[in-house]
Amino acid sequence: MQDKIEYGKTVGDVFVENPRMSVRGANVYYADKQAIHDVDLDIAKNQVIAMIGPSGCGKSTFLRCLNRMNDTIDICRVSGEFKLDQDNIYSKEIDVVPLRARVGIVFQKPNPFPKSIYDNVAYGPRIHGLAKNKVELDEIVENSLQKAGLFDEVKDRLHESGTGLSGGQQQRLCIARTIAVGPEVILMDEPCSALDPIATAKIENLIDELRENFTIVIVTHSMQQAARVSQRTAYFHMGHLIEVNDTEKVFTNPEHKLTEDYITGRFG
Amino acid sequence: MTTTSIFLCLALLGFGFYLLGRWRAMNASVISGKLHSLPSFHGAYVAMCMFVPVLVVIIAWLLYSGNSVDQQLLNAAPIEIQEAGQLDQTKYLYSIITPAVQGLEVSDSALAAQVTNFQELTKRNKLIRFILILLAAVLGGLWGLLKIKPDFRARNQFESGVKYLLMACSLIAILTTIGIVLSVLFESIRFFNKVPLHEFLFGTQWSPQIAIRADQVGSSGAFGVIPLVTGTLLIATLAMLVAAPIGLMAAIYLSEYASSRVRSVAKPMLEILAGIPTVVYGFFAALTVAPFLRNWGDSVGLTISSESALAAGVVMGVMIIPYVSSLSDDAINAVPNSLREGAYGLGSTKSETIKQVIFPAALPGIVSALLLAVSRAIGETMIVVMAAGLAANLTANPFESVTTITVQIVTLLVGDQEFDSPKTLAAFALGLSLFIVTLCLNIIALRVVRKYRERYD
Amino acid sequence: MIDSTAGKNTNKTLKSFNDILPVEEKTRRLNAQLKKRHRKEMRFQMYGVISLLLGFLFLVVFFNSIISKGYTAFQQTFISLDIEFVEDIVDPKGNRDAKEMLRSDYSKLIKDALKKEFPSVKKRKDRKALNKLISSGAVYKLADLVIESPELIGTTQTLWLASDDEIDLLMKGHIDRNLPESERRVKDNSITWVDELVAQDRVVKRFNHTFFNSGDSREPEQAGIMGAIKGSFYVLLVTILLSFPIGLAAAVYLEEFAPKNRITDVIEVNINNLAAVPSIVYGLLGLAVFINFFGLPRSAAVVGGLVLSLRTLPTIIIASRAAIKAVPPSIRSAALGVGASEMQTVYHHVLPAALPGILTGTIIGMAQALGETAPLLMIGMVAFIVDIPQSAMDPATALPVQIYLWADSPERAFVEKTSAAIMVLLAFLTVMNLFAVYLRKRYERRW
Repeated sequence: MQDKIEYGKTVGDVFVENPRMSVRGANVYYADKQAIHDVDLDIAKNQVIAMIGPSGCGKSTFLRCLNRMNDTIDICRVSGEFKLDQDNIYSKEIDVVPLRARVGIVFQKPNPFPKSIYDNVAYGPRIHGLAKNKVELDEIVENSLQKAGLFDEVKDRLHESGTGLSGGQQQRLCIARTIAVGPEVILMDEPCSALDPIATAKIENLIDELRENFTIVIVTHSMQQAARVSQRTAYFHMGHLIEVNDTEKVFTNPEHKLTEDYITGRFG
Repeated sequence: MTTTSIFLCLALLGFGFYLLGRWRAMNASVISGKLHSLPSFHGAYVAMCMFVPVLVVIIAWLLYSGNSVDQQLLNAAPIEIQEAGQLDQTKYLYSIITPAVQGLEVSDSALAAQVTNFQELTKRNKLIRFILILLAAVLGGLWGLLKIKPDFRARNQFESGVKYLLMACSLIAILTTIGIVLSVLFESIRFFNKVPLHEFLFGTQWSPQIAIRADQVGSSGAFGVIPLVTGTLLIATLAMLVAAPIGLMAAIYLSEYASSRVRSVAKPMLEILAGIPTVVYGFFAALTVAPFLRNWGDSVGLTISSESALAAGVVMGVMIIPYVSSLSDDAINAVPNSLREGAYGLGSTKSETIKQVIFPAALPGIVSALLLAVSRAIGETMIVVMAAGLAANLTANPFESVTTITVQIVTLLVGDQEFDSPKTLAAFALGLSLFIVTLCLNIIALRVVRKYRERYD
Repeated sequence: MIDSTAGKNTNKTLKSFNDILPVEEKTRRLNAQLKKRHRKEMRFQMYGVISLLLGFLFLVVFFNSIISKGYTAFQQTFISLDIEFVEDIVDPKGNRDAKEMLRSDYSKLIKDALKKEFPSVKKRKDRKALNKLISSGAVYKLADLVIESPELIGTTQTLWLASDDEIDLLMKGHIDRNLPESERRVKDNSITWVDELVAQDRVVKRFNHTFFNSGDSREPEQAGIMGAIKGSFYVLLVTILLSFPIGLAAAVYLEEFAPKNRITDVIEVNINNLAAVPSIVYGLLGLAVFINFFGLPRSAAVVGGLVLSLRTLPTIIIASRAAIKAVPPSIRSAALGVGASEMQTVYHHVLPAALPGILTGTIIGMAQALGETAPLLMIGMVAFIVDIPQSAMDPATALPVQIYLWADSPERAFVEKTSAAIMVLLAFLTVMNLFAVYLRKRYERRW
């Protein structure tokens, strides 16, 4: 254990112009243990930002702060400023329900509800009352499934259970489910770690396409994946944000020693 | 030779054989080298060899002795007894002999002769029993001693013996079931010989009291089970109306909302509710809830019987709450957390998550919890015995008094019984119906739970 | 080779979400629903709180009702009377023979003492009422006293005698003096007499030894729970002696040795089902098998114990299996690895580690057995038994059955006794459960 490392300030381009989300001075604690140390980060619009780092470095924790998923964990405390456009999402006036309709999340393990494929995708629009009638709902569902690249595979069995799909299909169903609420930001927490290479490739292509309409934050433990899908990359280490830069720069010419060590596989 | 002294003898003998076996094993090892097993295993093996035949003899004796004494007595009995039906004979014999043996004075000289006869027979039997057991013990022990040699695998033999003993213990569960089935089945068959099955199943009149009158043939009492079934269902329904929503909501609240502080208070509360004996619930229902309901009914202009189905049903419902809540709690906790996160991540509120995601996912578990609770409610006895009525009313009105299957079993069997009357046998027929219904509910519920577990494991 | 076009949408006319539902419209619709959704959320949470509160409310009402009805039973009213032990009544023959003195008419002494106390009471009917102030059991106390110390004969002693149950109720305030006389069990003149006695400090309430030391009785003031407690004790003794070793053995076999085959499966399903069979069915089994077939004595505690051990067996087996299962396999491998036999592994390593869990399950099973009533009714343990049982073969009743019997009695005074007996039963259960909790907390090991 190297316990006495001076992490110092994050190197690279932390700030961007006109960000979709901006985080200032984020600290996260699990009971007494600090998981995130004073992180500043801007997330640009219609871009994919990847978060990489060794396991337990706090990248997932950070991701889950962006739509307050950590609220569901009793012992978790979050401080700092998290802004979505102009709204501080941790302020008292912000309701977590519409927030999550603006910042969607896709999890590591595909978790379709034990409902039909259609109902899975329609779940979000239904609870939020987004569709006025069945026609609108059908359109949202079909469009979301198409964007998730799943429609052609399931259009004949929309009313069969979503849990009957293959792992990769399930994950795309979960993405469709998230898209169906029309979020501005999609968080992805290692979305491919439970999938085989072919399914992974499909999801990666999908992420690339979704960039047109959404801002995407993806946590991944695979550096190759980060290199393939993201425009910016943030490197986390022991709860500190070490470096943020354009993906190409991070992988070809990292500024920080720790980043370089990680990229070159000295640890991880 | 009393039973206790026989057991004492056997224990001593067993210990003796153990020591003998050990001693012999040690000697053998001195003479010819290494033992396969420790000496104490040889001892234990010898003791085991002694107890196995003893056990066989005792079981055989238990099965044989009762009948043999009866038979020998009957052979000596007056002609008129011999000519009566077989069951009546034994019953008659015991009804006169047992009190006589216990020291009551015997006036009739013929009877006195029989009593002495009986006493002699029993004495002789006991002596034979003792000798047989002793013989079995000694022979078994000696046989075990003979087998001791240095390379004898005493430990393996002893351990496999123990294994068989353990297996026998686990078979008691099956024996119990068989015992239950046989005991209710036989008497029920006799009941259905007197009262036709269709009359029992479809009759709407239940008044078994008539049948005890000596001048009447058994089947003239009315044994229609329908009013009992409706009464049971009425009370069980009321109980479920209380227990299902409260128990379910309590489980949901405790597993999804409550802070650990609330949980640390509410869980013991439910455990207390579960720990209160049913007889206490019955007392509370009869002496507090029923009068309260009646007075309340009076004040709002309702006629509520003091033995209303409502009082029994409500209290039974409270009794079942912890049962429902702990089983549904298991079902809810078995729903993987990823589903919760998925729903929250889409922006659903907690209640939406629970109602639309967790509840459907936990539904099989919850259904089986409710089924088990229903089976509990149907089989519950003390609350209804104390708080529900005896009259078999065919009604769905919860303010009236109804009776249940269990209440009738108790009333039919408590107090003086005539062994062979349809009244007594009816209780077993009711018991059989109760057993079948609850068994079906349990099997369905357990099956559902099993299927459900497989899905998430 | 991964197909890089996999999942790519060939259909490029896909609309963005914004085209279907512009952001402003989405926000508007979302916000329109929000208040309603949060109200629903609050309401749903309220249901949960209400459910729990209802449970609490029930417990409060329940304990309040039992305690307020029953706490007075721990006290008993005594009236002091100057009893003159007249030799002509106590020992007319004068030979101080204990057997003869036992048969003397001690109630006469009490009647005389009351007559002296209230000389103005003349009418036969009133006299009768006056004599009913004192418990009919007081004569036994006098008899015991005289037989123990015959020198009392001829003297006058001031003695505290138990009052009748009605007077006891009056003194404890269970009888409303404001009711019209016709609706009251204790009549006006009895109240006057009692008040007179109270004014003279001749009435006290003392700890009720009788309740804890005696067997059942038709007279509430003489009834006690000792017989029932002893009966329950014998029942539980037989139960634990049978069900613990058998249950443990069955659990060990099923968990450690049983091959996975149909028979084991059947046994397992069987045990789960047995745990859910209504207890009254076990009573029928006991009646048919133990009493009618094996000819064991009716009403005996040993039969109750047999029935209840079958009843608790599934509970104990299930709990023991869970405890044994919780012992990690690494312990078994370690023991087997150093050459212990399977049996030795189980007895030396697995069982000691699982014992706290097994004991906890057993105690909980015993607590259940202690509260069990219905099967005992079936096997005749519901008889009216005055004598305190001396062995498991004696006719006996059990604590919960005693509660049932008293609850069924018409005398008002038995309500108080019933509630008190319930308190005693609940106290026993509490102690057992607390012990189980202690065991679990103290020895719980997380592997």
